[in-house]
Amino acid sequence: MPGLTAAEWEIIQLSLRVAFWSVLCSLPLAVAVAMLLARCKFPGKSLFDAVVHLPLVLPPVVIGYFLLLLLGRRGPLGALLDQYFGIVVAFRWTGAAIAAGIMGFPLMVRAIRLSLESIDTGLEAAARTLGARRWRVFLTITLPLAMPGILTGTLLSFARSLGEFGATITFVSNIPGETRTLPLAIYTLTQVPGGDAAALRLSIIAIVLSIIALMLSEWFVQRAQRRAKGRDA
Amino acid sequence: MLKVDVSKKLANFELDTQFASDAGITALFGHSGSGKTTLVNAIAGLARPDRGSIEINGDCLFDSARGIDVAVENRRVGYVFQEGRLFPHLTVRGNLDYGYALARPAQRYVERKLVVDLLGLGHVLDRRPANLSGGEKQRVAIGRALLASPRVLLMDEPLAALDNLRKTEILRYVECLHDEIKVPIVYVTHAVEEIVRLADVVVLMAEGKVLATGKPSEVMGRAELRAHTGIFEGGTVIDAKVVAHDLKYDLTTLEFSGGELIVPGVDALPGEAMRLRVRARDVSIALTRPTDISLLNVLCGQVVEAVPGDDSTCNVRVDIGGVQLAARITRLSADRLGLQPGREVYAMIKAISLDR
Repeated sequence: MPGLTAAEWEIIQLSLRVAFWSVLCSLPLAVAVAMLLARCKFPGKSLFDAVVHLPLVLPPVVIGYFLLLLLGRRGPLGALLDQYFGIVVAFRWTGAAIAAGIMGFPLMVRAIRLSLESIDTGLEAAARTLGARRWRVFLTITLPLAMPGILTGTLLSFARSLGEFGATITFVSNIPGETRTLPLAIYTLTQVPGGDAAALRLSIIAIVLSIIALMLSEWFVQRAQRRAKGRDA
Repeated sequence: MLKVDVSKKLANFELDTQFASDAGITALFGHSGSGKTTLVNAIAGLARPDRGSIEINGDCLFDSARGIDVAVENRRVGYVFQEGRLFPHLTVRGNLDYGYALARPAQRYVERKLVVDLLGLGHVLDRRPANLSGGEKQRVAIGRALLASPRVLLMDEPLAALDNLRKTEILRYVECLHDEIKVPIVYVTHAVEEIVRLADVVVLMAEGKVLATGKPSEVMGRAELRAHTGIFEGGTVIDAKVVAHDLKYDLTTLEFSGGELIVPGVDALPGEAMRLRVRARDVSIALTRPTDISLLNVLCGQVVEAVPGDDSTCNVRVDIGGVQLAARITRLSADRLGLQPGREVYAMIKAISLDR
C-alpha cells in the first residue's frame, strides 16, 4: 500500500484527536463514578448504575439524538454554553468527542469498577494508620492498585471512540475535516460509486490502528498487573 | 499511659471493655472471637465504639460524651496487622518510608537505618512484598509501623500466620525492638507462650469483657480464670531471678518468692530476671520430702485446693511462698494422699521452661 494521501491523513488525525480527547475528559469522571459504585452505598444506586450503562444498550442514534436536543445551539444546555461561554459543540469535532466519550463511558466505568472492587480495603486502612489522609490514600494506594483496570478501561473506551458512528453522525453530522472520522469516512465512500478501493484502504488503516492500540495496551496492562501484584517488575 | 473504656454492639455479644496500662508490653489475651481485634481497631480508629473514651498519654483520641473522634491518620497509633498488609505495588523500601515520610520531623524518634538493622531487612530493601517470606513480610510490617513514629504500637496476632520457627524469630525481634525503642506495645494474642514471653501486663478477655488485668504470673495462676486461660492446659508462670551458676554441672540456680529452683545452665548474668513456666502435668505431689530421687526441684508448700476433673485427673494448687503452683495428678492419687486445703505437701517439678 503506497503512502497515505493528505485526505487520509486528515481523517486519521481527526479520529485520533476525537478519541484522545473523549478518553482524556471522560477518564476522571469514570474513575469517580467507578469509586462511587464500588465503594459507596446510597439510595437509588441501582438506578444510577443503570443510567451509567444506558449507552451500552440504547441504539447509538438515540444517544446522538438526545445530545442534539440537549447540546444543539437551541438546546437548553447548548444555548447556555453558547450565550455565556461562546462554546458551540454541535457540528464540531468537540461534539464528536463528547458523543464518543459518552458511548465509551460504561465500558470504562465497568473495567475500573471491577479492579477497584478487587482491591483489599485493608491496605487503605493500613495506609491511614500510617498517617495518610483519604485523598493521599486514594492517590498512593487505590489508584496504583486499580491501574490495570484503568488501562483496560481506557483502551476499551479509546477503541469504542475510534469506531463510534451512530451517535456521532446524528449529533454532529458528517462534515469533512470537522466531524468526518474514520467510520464516517468509510461509510461515505461506500455510498458513492467507485469509492470501494478508498473505503478498503481506510478499513485496513482502521484495522492497523486497532491492532497497535491493542498491543500497546496489553503491554501496559501486563506491566501494571505485575506492579499491582507486587512482583519485581 | 493507655486508657481504654469503650463499648460497642457486635454481632454475637457486646464489647464492653475497660483497662488502663502503662506497661511496656500489654497483652490482650483471649479466645478468638472475644473482641480483641475490635478493641484494637477501636484504638486505631478503624472501628467506632458506640460509647466510651480512649486516651493515650493524656491525649484524648475518642470520647463519645465530648464528641471527640480523632481521624485514623491523626492518631499516631501504629498497627501491625495479622496478615501484614504490605503495599504490593511498593518495594520494601517504599513500604518502610510510607509512614516515615508522613510523620512530622519533630515527632520522629527512630531512623530507617536503625529499624532496618534491628529487623535485619538490609538485603530485601529493593524487593517487593510478593517476593518475601512470611517472616520477612511481618518484619517489614513491624518496621513500617514503627517508622511512622507511633505513640503506641498495636500488634494483632502478628505471628498467627507463621510457622513455629518463624514465630520464635519474630518474637526475638519484637523483644529486641522493645529494648531498643521504648514504644509501648499492645499485643493481641491467643497463644500463652507469647504472653508469658513478652507481656508485662496481661488483659484477659472473654465475650467482649475484661475478666482480669495484671502480671502474667498472677492472671495465669488464678484458679477461677482457668476456663479462659485453659489453652495453657494448666500451668504456672513464675517470675524469678538468676542467683548463681554451677559451671561444673552446667546448672543455674534461680530464686523466686517461694525458694530456689535449679535449671540447666542459662546464659544470663546473676541478678537478671527470668520468667519460668511449669506445666501442671510436670508437677507431682508427695506428703513427705522424697529422698533418693533424681529430681532437683522439690518445694514445700500448702494445698490451696484440689479440684477433681471430669476425667481421671485432679487439679491441685499448692501455695509456695505466695506462688500458686498448679499440679495435675490422678484423682486416685489425690484420694490416696488425702489432699485437703491446708495440708503440707512437697511439690516435685519434672520440667521447667524458661522465657526471658
